[in-house]
This record gives sequence, structure tokens and C-alpha cells, in this order.
Amino acid sequence: MSLGAGGPAPGSFGTTGRGPRLLSGGGRRVTAISTVSTLVVLGALAAIFLLAPGSAQVRHTFFNPTDMWQAFRGDPKKGYYSVGAAIWLNIRMFLAAEVLILIVALAIALVRLSTGPVTFPFRVLSMIYVDFFRGVPLLLVILAIGFGVPALRLPFVSAQSTAVYGVAALVLSYSAYVSEVYRAGLNSVHQSQVAAARSLGLSQATALRYVILPQAIRNVIPPLLNDFISLQKDTALVGVLGAIEANEAAQIYSSTVFNYSSYAVAAALFLILTIPLARFTDRVIDRDRRRRLAGTAP
Amino acid sequence: MSAPDAAVPGPGAPPAEGEALRIEGLRKSFGASDVLRGIDLSVATHEVICLIGASGSGKSTLLRCLNLLEPIDAGRISLWGQEITGAGVDQNLVRTYVGIVFQSFNLFPHMSVLRNITLAPMKARKVPRAQAEEEARALLTRFGLLDKQADYPDRLSGGQQQRVAIVRALAMRPQIMLLDEVTSALDPELVAEVLDVIRELAASGMTMLIATHEMGFARDIANRVCFLADGTIVEDAPPSRLFTEPKDERTQKFLRRIVEAGRL
Repeated sequence: MSLGAGGPAPGSFGTTGRGPRLLSGGGRRVTAISTVSTLVVLGALAAIFLLAPGSAQVRHTFFNPTDMWQAFRGDPKKGYYSVGAAIWLNIRMFLAAEVLILIVALAIALVRLSTGPVTFPFRVLSMIYVDFFRGVPLLLVILAIGFGVPALRLPFVSAQSTAVYGVAALVLSYSAYVSEVYRAGLNSVHQSQVAAARSLGLSQATALRYVILPQAIRNVIPPLLNDFISLQKDTALVGVLGAIEANEAAQIYSSTVFNYSSYAVAAALFLILTIPLARFTDRVIDRDRRRRLAGTAP
Repeated sequence: MSAPDAAVPGPGAPPAEGEALRIEGLRKSFGASDVLRGIDLSVATHEVICLIGASGSGKSTLLRCLNLLEPIDAGRISLWGQEITGAGVDQNLVRTYVGIVFQSFNLFPHMSVLRNITLAPMKARKVPRAQAEEEARALLTRFGLLDKQADYPDRLSGGQQQRVAIVRALAMRPQIMLLDEVTSALDPELVAEVLDVIRELAASGMTMLIATHEMGFARDIANRVCFLADGTIVEDAPPSRLFTEPKDERTQKFLRRIVEAGRL
């Protein structure tokens, strides 16, 4: 889990045209050299993997195509679930958690930045909340909610599915991080913008809604997206409660068939989810950087 | 001023006559530094007052106090005889009467020029969008900016941004305009276009308090010039008198430095 309330990430290398470029502009010669270099490095890594003494064993245990296909499809009669179907639970948990986190975290950030004596106890509470949930490992939060809340035997609250408890734990934990990202964003909007809005007769709430928040959120879109890449992966932790998400389905396969290729399937499915978001994040960062550069030009 | 009152003209109403603004014994400090140490000033409707003085003499703080952006420590400020610094005053309502324009423009960077101008009338005065946009376009036309209405602030020159900022304040139909060194952040060749806008405003009868370092402009436009030093108004006189026969030693010294710098 690589979370952080950092500012916008530094610019990527040689971004000249649209979108992020790993290679700076140059002629065919540059392209040829980089191609050869890439092939040599990848070839060396492949050689190490294939020529290692235990290579055949590892390939059979982790990357067996037959097992991978069986794990992907699943077979309830043989006692294991489809990893391919289970990833939908990760996606649903991710989407539900993301929406709730964006709302809860914003509320926490606004409370934390509020001024005046009336909101003082809420400011203290929000500070304790953030300190607590940033300090406790997510896995422990999931276990505490997932096993603790049902044990309370409350009506309705204790009768939810493991996925619901998992989402609740993700929201509790991630809201603490994301509220700090929001806070950084709100602080990044200059006080003169508040003064300008208030000087026109806009109320505090209207100034926040139309002037401050849009700028604050725009400033923190890259770190927000970064946190959501982490969130996508961390839905796998909900498996400890017994929810059949991709990682749990893979584990059930491996303990039934004694082959770990199911984990490779789960890993591949997570990559399919996270890589597009990661590339999208790069694009947003790059666009942001170019806009800032354009803004400083006369 | 908790509700519109007969003594105070409503937004857009023709300006009242007589004394528009009265400041009595205004004091303001930030921590240990006393920025304003007892300001007394009376401004008549349609009058243009220029505030001059060294940087840090309190010109900006005075203007910010008048817009209620800074709470004052002592004294009182009244608009058309009604105190606006007491308890229970609707600050947002007061601000619709008193517009302010800042040195650093402070346009909203995420909004087009038109939206910058219409936001406050729509949200604070509840003007319908169509009407707000119509009024905004009329103001943009008046100041030669209509072709910029769809642009974002970072596409405009500093002079254009400052003119838009003035239009944005005017869209609230204030009765008094406060201009806080509005040309100080501009390249020299862009100063004139902003000064022309202010001249037009003065000619239209707008009551204004202008903090400025442009002494030539102050001499042309002001009915009275106030020289601030040590947190007080040291000298308050028509420009013809203040610039030629300054009475106070501090005013003489300040003007001598200005002349040496070639700015008068």
C-alpha cells in the first residue's frame, strides 16, 4: 500500500507532445538504440528465469497454462471458484468504496480546516480519526470490522455480507488518507482567492463551493488517482473475511489443486484493472504540468 | 445593516447624495505591529480620494477594513450614516455596496471571463443567469473586453485581467469602489489601459478610494489626496495643494523621494 498525501508528482521525462513519453524526441538512431537496449535487458531477464536450476518447477507451479485456464474458469463441482468471475466483486467493492471515500474524506477535511470555537471538538475528533486510521494497518481494520461487527449481533448492522464489511473498512481507512490529500489541496488555494470571493459578497459556503473547492480538487487529482490505484489492489485484502474476491478464489484453487498458477491469473486481472488507471494518472499529471507551464508564459 | 434600509441605496439604485463614507478613530494591528493608529476620514458621494504613502503605511489595510475583509480593533465605519462595523451587520450585504479590486487581480482561474463576472451577481444577488450575462456583456462592451468573454484568465495580459477584475466588481453594482494599487503589478506599457478605465469610472460619478503609487494619475483624477504615514492620515488636501505645498515634513520627504525616482 503506497499511500501518501504528497503534492503533484514531478514531471515525467521528456514530455514534448501529447501524453506521457518515456522516450524524448529524436531520430531513428535513438529509436534503434533504445529498441536494442530493451531487447537485451528483457532477453537477459528471460534467460535468467529460463536457465535457473528450478525454472521448470517454477513454471509448472506458477505459470501452468492448464491450471491458469481452470482457475480462470472455475469449477464448483471440484470445489473451487472462478477467479475471472471473482474479480467482479473487487471491481464492485472498489467502485462503492471510491464514491464513499470521496464524500467522507471531503467532510473530514472541511471539518479539520474549519475555524471558530463551535467546531473545535469536531476538529479534535477528525484529527484523532485521521491519526488512528492512518496508523492502524488496513488488514487489522478489515478483521476488526468484519469479525467484530457481526459479533455484536445488532439488528441489520450485524447482518451484512462480508463484502459490505470489507467496503466499510476500506472507507474508514482510506478516508483518513484521502482527507489529508483534500486538506493539502484546500491549503494550496491561495488566501487571495478567498478574499476575492468574499469581497464580492459571496458567503463562506458559496465561496467554498464555487471558488475554492474546484481549484483545490483540480490540484490534487493526481495524488487522488494514485490512492485509488492502491485502493483497487487493497480490495484483495477483504478476502481474509471469506468474501470470494479474486485473491481469495485464487487461494481456494491453490489449496484445492496444489498449484499456484491461480495467483498468476489473479495478478494479471489486477494489472488489467490498475494499468489503465495508472496511465490515465500519468496523462492527467502531464496535462496539468503543461497547463502550468503555459500559464506562466506571457 | 442587517436589512436593506431606506437610508442606504439598494444595489443598483442611484447613488445617494451627501456623505457616503465616514471613518472615525479606526485602529487595526496585526500582532505587535500597529498598522492603523486612528484614521478619521469623510468621503462625499461622487468624490475620488487617492491614498498615497510608502509601502507598509497602511493604505491596503485601510481599504481591506472598509470591505470588512479585516476586522477592525477600534473605531467605526459608516455608510450613508449607518454603521457597518457593529455587531449583527450582514457583511455580505455590505460588500455588495463596497467593491474592491486588488493589486494581484485575483480572478478565478478556473472560470471564463464571463463566469468570473456573473458568479457573484447570480449567487449573492440572485440575478437570473440570462440577466447576469446580459449585464456582464454590457460592462465588457463598455470597457472594450467583449471579445474576451469566453477566455480563461491565464490567456489574458495583466492589463486585461485587471480590467476584468474591475468589471467583476462593478457587476455587483457597488456604490463605492476601493482600488488597491491596481496598477502596481502591471508592466509599464499596460498601466495606461487600466488607468483609462478608472478615469471613465470617475467621470461616471463613482465614489472611489484609490491607493496608488501613480502620483501623476492621482494629481489628475483625485478630488483629495490623503498622505498616510505611521498609521495615520498625515495630510489631506486637494492634489493641487498637496503636491505643490505639502505642509507636513513627512509628506515633503516622501514627495521629494518620489520626484527623485522620476515618478512625478
